[in-house]
Amino acid sequence: MSLEPSELDYLTSRLGRIPRPAELHIVAAEWSEHCSYKSSKRHLRILPTDGPLVISEKGYDSGVLDVGDGYVVTAHIESHNHPSAVEPYGGAATGVGGVIRDILSAGTRPVAILDGLRFGNPRTDPKALWLFKNAVTGIADYGNCIGIPTVGGELEFDDSYAGYAMVDVAAIGFGKRDRLVRNHAEPGDVVVLLGGPTGRDGIGGSQFASDSLETEDRSAVQIPDPFVEKLLIEAVLEARSSGAIHAMKDLGGGGLSCAVSETADALGVGITINADAVHAREGGMSVEEVMTSESQERMLIITDGGRGLQAIRDICSKFGVSHSVIGVVKHDGMMRVTSERGRKGGGGGEEGVAAEMPAEVVANARLLDLPHRRPAYLDGIEDVSCAPHAQGGGGAADYTDILHRLMTSPNIASRSWVYSQYDHEVGIRTVVRPGADASVLRLDNGRYLAVSMDGNPKHCYVNPRQGAIGCFEEACRNVVCTGATPIGMLDHLQFGDPTDPGVFWTFVESVIGISDFAREMNIPCVGGKVSLYNETPSGPIKPTPVIAVLGLISGDDGDGGGGSGGKRAGNSAMQRMRARPEDGDHVIVVGSTKNEMGGSEYYEYIRGVVGGRCPAVSAAESRRNSGAILDITRRAGLSHMVHDCSKGGLAAAISEVCLGAGLGCDVDISRVPRAHDDGAPSRAMPDDVTLFSESHSRYVVLVPDGSLREAEGLLARSGAAHARIGRITGGGPRGRIIFRSSGGSSGGRTVADLSVDKTRREWSGMLGGMVHGA
Amino acid sequence: MKVGIVVFPGSNCDRDMHHVLRDVFGFDVQYVWHTKPVPAGTDAVVLPGGFSYGDRLRAGAIAAHSPVMSDVRRLASEGTPVLGVCNGFQVLTESGILPGALLVNESLGFMCQWTDLVVENASTPFTSMMHAGQRVPIPIANGEGRYYADEDTARDLQRSGRVVFRYADGRVNGSVDGIAGICNDGGNVVGMMPHPERAAEYETNPVDCGPARMIFESLASCMPAQQVSHAGYAGAAGRGIEEKEEEARSQ
Repeated sequence: MSLEPSELDYLTSRLGRIPRPAELHIVAAEWSEHCSYKSSKRHLRILPTDGPLVISEKGYDSGVLDVGDGYVVTAHIESHNHPSAVEPYGGAATGVGGVIRDILSAGTRPVAILDGLRFGNPRTDPKALWLFKNAVTGIADYGNCIGIPTVGGELEFDDSYAGYAMVDVAAIGFGKRDRLVRNHAEPGDVVVLLGGPTGRDGIGGSQFASDSLETEDRSAVQIPDPFVEKLLIEAVLEARSSGAIHAMKDLGGGGLSCAVSETADALGVGITINADAVHAREGGMSVEEVMTSESQERMLIITDGGRGLQAIRDICSKFGVSHSVIGVVKHDGMMRVTSERGRKGGGGGEEGVAAEMPAEVVANARLLDLPHRRPAYLDGIEDVSCAPHAQGGGGAADYTDILHRLMTSPNIASRSWVYSQYDHEVGIRTVVRPGADASVLRLDNGRYLAVSMDGNPKHCYVNPRQGAIGCFEEACRNVVCTGATPIGMLDHLQFGDPTDPGVFWTFVESVIGISDFAREMNIPCVGGKVSLYNETPSGPIKPTPVIAVLGLISGDDGDGGGGSGGKRAGNSAMQRMRARPEDGDHVIVVGSTKNEMGGSEYYEYIRGVVGGRCPAVSAAESRRNSGAILDITRRAGLSHMVHDCSKGGLAAAISEVCLGAGLGCDVDISRVPRAHDDGAPSRAMPDDVTLFSESHSRYVVLVPDGSLREAEGLLARSGAAHARIGRITGGGPRGRIIFRSSGGSSGGRTVADLSVDKTRREWSGMLGGMVHGA
Repeated sequence: MKVGIVVFPGSNCDRDMHHVLRDVFGFDVQYVWHTKPVPAGTDAVVLPGGFSYGDRLRAGAIAAHSPVMSDVRRLASEGTPVLGVCNGFQVLTESGILPGALLVNESLGFMCQWTDLVVENASTPFTSMMHAGQRVPIPIANGEGRYYADEDTARDLQRSGRVVFRYADGRVNGSVDGIAGICNDGGNVVGMMPHPERAAEYETNPVDCGPARMIFESLASCMPAQQVSHAGYAGAAGRGIEEKEEEARSQ
């Protein structure tokens, strides 16, 4: 817990004197990578943050989007990687709690959680399953208790996370625009700390998270208490409705040091804190400990000293929420910490002043300009390829076994074991549940919000820029599959040690890719987070940008809708979302399949090969294809399902549709639209590439017989590459998932043939079986 | 009809229940904070789901001793319809208003999934519009939802027709006799683990909201003088959820 020598010099020169001990601790917390973004900030500036729906306000910890009719949606994403790697239950749980309070601090009610989990390869990493199981339980116990549904997320296992855990949590809030907290403060206003007592847990957590994980410092991990969080949520929302809140800030990384300095800096005021007034879990805590503790379930509220404070006291008393008046707002721009008790290390200054620094100095670490250089491992990595798999006789490979292994692999098998432990329906907004491409929440104005969160470290390792764009496009595709138009995104950039120029280059490349695509598609970045120093004993993690995209569906678009009586037919959007695959549906593939096997599940999980051409997004193709899909989804009855094509390629996407519905299929892969890298149609493509390439901008669309002409006409007009490749067939014990190839001289041959029932059992039971050692 | 929704610290399905009762079925609904009395003239009481007191000690154990529970106990004995859902059911058993206990699920974990109920007793205020044997698609979401009663009690419940709902799949969580919901001697107090408020709208019920709606329609029908409007149901059903905070504040 210390400053770099150059930072100490800088601080000394800004203060014009030697910093006091408490000041050093406060500044070290705030200038940690975690709180200050000192390495990343200058690169993040290229991300577009403006858009027609974006509401910007000083001091918000979450992005705010106007969703019409006086309502707003808020969104934020955070990770809790280091703590979760040490103590997965508490780390993951407090990760949920922290991001929830960011939503709350804007004055909106948290209405949904998504979590992205990544662990080591369970076959080789003895800790992976323990970390996985306990992180899931931690999220479940916390999210379920506070009554906020966990509606989606992702799960991935990869060698690069060996012994480590990546826990990303995104939260969505909803509220009325006119009830947003408009952060402001007047001299004389009081500063109130609400929530759990400040204790010795999570001391220095942000610095802990700004270092490579070398020691398992459990005292740096916070202890979760979801019941206190729930009370805090209700108390804060009631205080918001009462109008008592002038400004509000969550206590997260850096604890009070961060919350006080950033609030004072953002609002252009000074704040004087009496560290002795903070309600503490134990006696004898030093000023430094009080100021840098990251105890959970705390919020800082600024209110007037009269009726506002009384209202907050009454509300806290109603809900049994502890609080203390810890400070006062001044006009002088100084962050001052006093303590009369002469605690250990504190109170060294005159009149018990332990710290007295311009808030602007504390809140703004000197930004670094770290060197970045293309790492050598990338040389030739995209030239790697492996010969088509040869199995079965006569050169005509059979992929039945490979497809079966993929569908029952940890990265592709059904996630139901995870999400069935999460209450994903509390709040009764969830209309599309986890397991679909994106989850959908109903909003109070008759619109729907679709959310998806996606990462792909395997692609990002092979090509950091294209990989990051791919994650972004995949999240967009998932949202588009529900009929939603993307309106905003959150980026969470997770990398290894940034002082390694090679690692930092992958970070910079990712930011450039995300920023370019965001501008191209006019999707503003409404929030984000950077997590660095994610190092495992065997080196840095693979570049792991995770992108969450929010999309909006208007309830009354398209035709149809209305109806009356006890079982309201619902509007057209709802009808579409309820549609299910049916025996006899036509299977249409939209988008071109290219020879882009780099970082694919097939190469890595089946063939054991790292490298190959990374799937690349063409913005024009992306726009064309997503436009066509939105046209289809907006016409009631035109499609029974649209599914994104990603991990495991087309074969996995079609199989997922079948396994989810318990139906079979019979498709001819020689009809799949295929293209060279430049987009020109390609005739010859090995079967394994057609089946398993993870090219972007592709969708599987199921169209009922009666709508076929209209759907195909619409696709033809859109200019999107597409082809009808087969039908959905019956399920039951005799149901089969059949991929054929009629191309070439062989006439028609079966490429893969799986039993629906058997594969479905294994696909849905895989994760539970893995955890419980079956 | 005036319905009171009791709110304990940690209740988290109170707003959902409020939305369904008021916006979907047009009841006159009021939140009742756990330290306050149940207002005079309340025709029915609902104890909603959630994690009262964070499930500390045992689910529902602390809430069972809340001040409001003496009113609930009195109203229950006077024949007022009382519905406990999920944590509300746990509070009813912990307070002894209903027999038995809710134990940790056989899976030892939290379960959030859709299941089918079978109606056993169609004469309570919450099932009078249903018929015995009727199936109800509905979600469960709990960690301690395994109904347990000793043999004598279970036999007595069965004999006296006090099993209100059973799981169609009796093995879903290990409940005795597949019991999902029971009632008191008078039949006016019903406790159930599944969430009818999550199943009563077209938007939130992926199967068929008709059967679960009858739980609320039954309540409406048990007071013939009461006009229950379905007006709120015609619009976008999500409308109004956010407004609940105002309601909570005003009481």
